[in-house]
Amino acid sequence: MRGARYATWVAPVAAVALTATACGGGGSSGGGGANGVVSSSWGDPQNPLEPANTNEVQGGKVLDMIFRGLKKYDPKTGEAKNWLAESITSSDSAHFTIKVKSGWTFSNGEKVTAKSFVDAWNYGAALKNNQKNAYFFGYIEGYGKVHPDTGAATATTLSGLKVVDEQTFTVTLSQKFSTFPDTLGYAAFAPLPRAFYDDHAGWLAKPVGNGPYAVDSYTKGSQMALKKWDGYPGEDKAQNGGITLKVYTDNNTAYTDLTAGNLDLVDDIPAAQLKNVAADLGSRYINTPAGIIQTIAFPFYDPAWHKPGQEKLRTGLSMAIDRKQITETIFHNTRTPAQDWTSPVLGQQGGFRNDLCGAACEYDPAQAKKLVAEGGGIPGGTMKITYNADTGSHKVWVDAVCNSINRSLGNNRACVGNPVGTFADYRNQVTQHKLSGPFRAGWQMDYPLIQNFLQPLYYTNASSNDGTYSNPKFDKLVDQANAQTDRTQAVNTFVEAEKVLRDDMGAIPLWYQNGSAGYSDRIGNVALNPFSVPVYDRIKVK
Amino acid sequence: MGRYVIRRLLQMIPVFFGATLLIFLMVNVMGDPIAGLCGERACDPATAAQLKREFGLDKPVWQQYLTYMGNVFTGDFGTAFNGQPVTELMASSFPVTIRLTIVAIFFEIVIGITLGVVTGLRRGRPVDTTVLLLTLVVLSVPTFVTGLLVQLLFGVKWGWIKPAVSPEAPFDELIVPGLVLASVSLAYVTRLTRTSIAENKRADYVRTAIAKGLPRHRVITRHLLRNSLIPVVTFIGADIGALMGGAIVTERIFNIHGVGFQIYNGIVRQSTQTVVGFVTVLVLVFLVANLLVDLLYAVLDPRIRYA
Repeated sequence: MRGARYATWVAPVAAVALTATACGGGGSSGGGGANGVVSSSWGDPQNPLEPANTNEVQGGKVLDMIFRGLKKYDPKTGEAKNWLAESITSSDSAHFTIKVKSGWTFSNGEKVTAKSFVDAWNYGAALKNNQKNAYFFGYIEGYGKVHPDTGAATATTLSGLKVVDEQTFTVTLSQKFSTFPDTLGYAAFAPLPRAFYDDHAGWLAKPVGNGPYAVDSYTKGSQMALKKWDGYPGEDKAQNGGITLKVYTDNNTAYTDLTAGNLDLVDDIPAAQLKNVAADLGSRYINTPAGIIQTIAFPFYDPAWHKPGQEKLRTGLSMAIDRKQITETIFHNTRTPAQDWTSPVLGQQGGFRNDLCGAACEYDPAQAKKLVAEGGGIPGGTMKITYNADTGSHKVWVDAVCNSINRSLGNNRACVGNPVGTFADYRNQVTQHKLSGPFRAGWQMDYPLIQNFLQPLYYTNASSNDGTYSNPKFDKLVDQANAQTDRTQAVNTFVEAEKVLRDDMGAIPLWYQNGSAGYSDRIGNVALNPFSVPVYDRIKVK
Repeated sequence: MGRYVIRRLLQMIPVFFGATLLIFLMVNVMGDPIAGLCGERACDPATAAQLKREFGLDKPVWQQYLTYMGNVFTGDFGTAFNGQPVTELMASSFPVTIRLTIVAIFFEIVIGITLGVVTGLRRGRPVDTTVLLLTLVVLSVPTFVTGLLVQLLFGVKWGWIKPAVSPEAPFDELIVPGLVLASVSLAYVTRLTRTSIAENKRADYVRTAIAKGLPRHRVITRHLLRNSLIPVVTFIGADIGALMGGAIVTERIFNIHGVGFQIYNGIVRQSTQTVVGFVTVLVLVFLVANLLVDLLYAVLDPRIRYA
């Protein structure tokens, strides 16, 4: 009797639940299975969607779906695998011969040839095209002529690029760079079809690439519908019918929409929801390491912060920070205390060393106090950690770091946060060297190489060396590593360089950032790649 | 009347220029916008210089302002950093915000004035006390709390609405966000109307109208309400501009791709063209709405004449 009553009660509920799930999926067309469409949260890309002009995650997400380059980074291991490249060969780490696989086309039918790459790279490097990632081509010979630091360009094409035949081209670098082939998976090196140059505005309105997805419709600022491209020749064919990227004004709203069943995938769980996410989503919450590290950089251009013996001060400050407690309480374990200056996604073979920073990154208030005193104390008695207050909830952790430092040093005036209103203003003050104290720094890798974590940030006068750290010994080791022809040797030499950085404590490593995502029970097989972007082509719709 | 309108229109010109100049200066004070364009990495100097040239940021501010205003009069509001013309952003976002504002104003007028009349006529009765208490609650709770609460209850818990408005933002999806946006103003309108009605209820002309034996509804709508509406109309008129510009919070909560969202993006990315362009249009909306309110006075109270 009881069982029967229960059954009558269950049936209507099940029916309601079924209709509810049918309504879910955010109006995505097509049913389930291989034709099911996944809806995913998106942010309005900051720059026009061109491969060499996209330097942030939101635009990068799209490029990752509609383009395939010479190499592709394995979504699990981050290893650079040949994709459109038949082979990339070199005998001296400076001259490379690249053979492009035949049989690949763009989704408009045009063949992908060696020229598709050479033209795209020339376009990306040319000063007149204003491409924000132009410096990626900086290693190629002739870059200084097409993209001089000042004045007008004296050439339109890179002299280091030569088309040999339809599927072959050669690259000459102006300096040795052993890991150059591994950088070629980055979106800036993607091939471009003729339509890009012939009808640029039209292309931007509806980009055409050679990846597993093709753009179906694009309403700027609100949504982009991508559908599976059936003619895609690669082995990573899309396992769903398409992806609809929806622009959200706020990631909190996207999360709410996910919990209400109107959205399938959110790839950025808002900080405020981290404490609820386990209860809301259970196993449908992903929290995996990404190639992002956060550090505190120092203003070495300021004489007060550039005195001999101050490496003790910097090391002391590093030891005064209770990384474990901060990552647990503030970030709910979406950050991992840093143990070196790279990222765990590189793996041991890629140069990640979980013991490199060692005691210098361990919380030890007594030792910290001693070292800070030996290093001459904090210049001026108080240091301000500058950060931008508009995004990324930086205020919370900067305050926590300062608290930790103050507690360790037993001095309430040792450290305070110094907020700057907008990211642009913050970057402005950083690049113009206006800051007189430490500042927050972050690095999201362009490609999973130890070189990318060290050279742009700490090499003398490097593009992102905002604190102007400089050590001839470090520079020499980086040069040596780049000249190595053997990969393992190169990585090991980079690790040696990193040890120099550690002994100087050129920047305080804080923690590695995880990618976090959540998804609805309508989809499965969701994972984030080392760039913390969902591996869209593998998502399966139930 | 005609001369009055012309005089008012002429007065708008200095206000317009002053307001836009101020915005222009404020955005420029925040520093070099190009610095934020290249992410955590510094733009290479050549590209940065060229981008500055392209957006006219290499010139002195006064010259930028003159060029900008010159372009505005030919209908060119410049280009946002993502390569889209600002007019295109306006074309996509203003209709959405106008719809949202219409919904909000509609609620303000219908609910606000009705409640105001009812409570004003029944001062001190339980209805009055209840409404007064309710408006007090609404006034004291910030919009983002109301918004998030409504979104959570109606959108997630009970599933009556979709928590996020779709990009097309049709009227029916905007009802709840519109109500949230209107909530605070609605409470003001209620209280304003109530006070005004309660005051005028004892006025001589109302007593006369009742003494003439006019039906009650006619006394209320024709005599009492018409005279009591002047402060309310002033408030609602000024509110049109405030709602359009101040919808940032509501638009963010409900994922409405309107003016507030665009301005927010413009500020965060420090895109001078976007911010100044949108604010310029909003200044115009404010000015026109205020003019309309002043003209409405004459309709409501013929004693007010504009020579």
